[in-house]
Amino acid sequence: MLLGAPAASAQGDGEQVNGTLQYRDAEGSQIAVAGIEIVVRDADGNEVGTAVSGEDGTFSLDLPGAGDYTATIVPETVPAGVTLRNPDRIELSFSVNAGRSRPLAFPLIEGDGSELLTAGSSTWESAARLAVDGLKFGLIIAMCSIGLSLIFGTTGLVNFAHGELVTVGAVLAFAFNVGLGLHLLLAAPIAILITAALGGANDRFLWRPLRDRSTGLIAMLVISIGLSILVRYFVLWQFTGFRRSYEQYSLQTDGLTIGPVTIVPRETITIVLAAAVLVGVALVVQRTRLGKAMRAVSDNKDLAESSGIDVERVIQIIWISGAGLAGLGGILFGLDQQVKWDMGFDLLLLMFASVTLGGLGTAYGALVGSIIVGMFVQLSTLVVAPELKSVGALLVLVAILLVRPQGILGQKERIG
Amino acid sequence: MDWATIFENGLKAGIRPEAAYFALAAIGLNIHFGYTGLLNFGQAGFMAMGAYGLAIPVFAYGWPWWIGVFFGLLAAVLFAVLLGVPTLRLRADYLAIVTIAAAEIIRFIFRATDLREITGGSNGINGFSSGFFDLNPFSGTINIGPFDFTAREMWVMIVGWGLVLIGIGLTYLMIESPWGRVLKAVREDEDAARALGKNAYSMKMQSLIIGGLFGALAGMILALSQGSVQPSPTDLGPPKTFFAYAALILGGTGRLWGPVIGSIMFIALLAFTDNLLRQAQAADYIPEEIITGTEVGVIRFVLLGVGLMILMLYRPQGLFGDKREMAFDV
Repeated sequence: MLLGAPAASAQGDGEQVNGTLQYRDAEGSQIAVAGIEIVVRDADGNEVGTAVSGEDGTFSLDLPGAGDYTATIVPETVPAGVTLRNPDRIELSFSVNAGRSRPLAFPLIEGDGSELLTAGSSTWESAARLAVDGLKFGLIIAMCSIGLSLIFGTTGLVNFAHGELVTVGAVLAFAFNVGLGLHLLLAAPIAILITAALGGANDRFLWRPLRDRSTGLIAMLVISIGLSILVRYFVLWQFTGFRRSYEQYSLQTDGLTIGPVTIVPRETITIVLAAAVLVGVALVVQRTRLGKAMRAVSDNKDLAESSGIDVERVIQIIWISGAGLAGLGGILFGLDQQVKWDMGFDLLLLMFASVTLGGLGTAYGALVGSIIVGMFVQLSTLVVAPELKSVGALLVLVAILLVRPQGILGQKERIG
Repeated sequence: MDWATIFENGLKAGIRPEAAYFALAAIGLNIHFGYTGLLNFGQAGFMAMGAYGLAIPVFAYGWPWWIGVFFGLLAAVLFAVLLGVPTLRLRADYLAIVTIAAAEIIRFIFRATDLREITGGSNGINGFSSGFFDLNPFSGTINIGPFDFTAREMWVMIVGWGLVLIGIGLTYLMIESPWGRVLKAVREDEDAARALGKNAYSMKMQSLIIGGLFGALAGMILALSQGSVQPSPTDLGPPKTFFAYAALILGGTGRLWGPVIGSIMFIALLAFTDNLLRQAQAADYIPEEIITGTEVGVIRFVLLGVGLMILMLYRPQGLFGDKREMAFDV
């Protein structure tokens, strides 16, 4: 179309582009997405204006006249947890007739918006970007799953309610942050402390009495499912089913650019903090008396007990610190992906995959397995559709049980 | 508070199609867990095989509906074999993790946009059941005692509960046979069974397939009762499996009628609590600040979680269970 330039178009007024940004969540209800910016350019590439979606997800922009335009979604403004159904359609070309309004559809689905950042860039740039995402995701999973792994190692309990500790940490931080208006830097430590205390209480008032009754492991597993359902729906009742962000969530200054990858401050904080905490945990496990006692109990409970270690106290400490770490992991996950009532349960299977891959019952196993799983999940989007990215990690879980059931760092006798 | 309506709705829910497909899923789980000791947490995956197996041939290829029944059952057998090969040698808790992961893989794949032409993607599949309902002998509204059912509901109920009765009959024949005694021997002590020359691995695989077939039938009844197949967590995700376990444990694991009675009571109790809370709320016994009308559906599940924990703590054999017949090591 040689005559497609706006200058050649009729001088009608009221030309407009509009649409609604929404997606259907897992329960099937339509959820509007606010705050997404859409830049509209004319056929010569000059910026006409920027439309921003409102609370109801609608956006509209008046156009200077009929003609051909392109509309591009600004990927950084797409909230985490939502993505385009087809990332290639981040830019749409359209033409408008005089006096008409042109509806545009950007079909959204649940997902990780990170792949939008890489749309249109080369494979290597995408891979670098995804590796950073994968590292971040892996560190978050690691923090959440260390407790899961150590609790299994010391008590044999497969705790299906561990994901709920992640949710509770994130939701409590949200309550203090948004509900009471505390800064996130203050709200987060309070939430972590409460989550840790809840973990301790969980052990003291539920699991220790059950161990004393020598309740079987399968019975305990079913009880943990009951607890998981109870807590999850309690959170849904109090927190409602919406995804919500922390107050300081959108505080974006200029990102850090390393080569092809731009890392926003939120991500830098997550990665640095998570890495520091995990190094701290490793030092405690490796260097301190307490860490030695933990490893001893996890290796052989009876032998540890007979050599004078207070096994119940060690288990109590593992529960408290494991729950605190899960709470922190939940807050970082919420910072990354927004807070949702079943975020922990969604993460639980990847946590299981990670600890099984690394070796159930070991602290380092959880760490190694989590980073591999995190990387694998993100990098697999280079090959498969983003909505299928968890499938790869879960297939790895099945595969590792075929070839090395005890995991990378596990010992053979553990699988029984 | 209209107690008559509350009880009536509770009882009615207990015989509706929902209770029938829960009973079928729980019969399958009873064969897996109750009789063989396999902690299969992927029953929702088997249900998905049945539901999609039924719907896809009609939706994507326009074949008659009864071909879908074969496809659903075949898919469940394939899923059982694929699942069983890597996992049946593992301990129960590993099996639980892998089966739940496998069921989620299935659901993610059915939900994938790339397969939209075949599976309907995240919208699922509607309008595959007309062939089945063409056979419906009922029309209008059917009264059974105080209950009214639509013709569609009645037809799904007849078929669903018919399958439940067949399932109970088959389970009885299997468990009372020498084969069933070997199955229980594997549950009690796998090493001892192996020492007597029984192939424990093969027994477990057969159990996984048979229980999975009941899961597939449950998925078909679910699909027919809703008239749609949705890849949502509540329909074909882990919560479905957990609830089927809750129903089984309520009735009693390792007991012939345990899954059926458990499912009826489970669904009836959910409906009863729902009605009770809604009426109490409407009558202002519960202030609006604590529970609003829309939150009642959520509260039920909080109570369900509490109930499951209390049941496992104080009566792990369920209402009609026998402690000697339990795969739980309590």
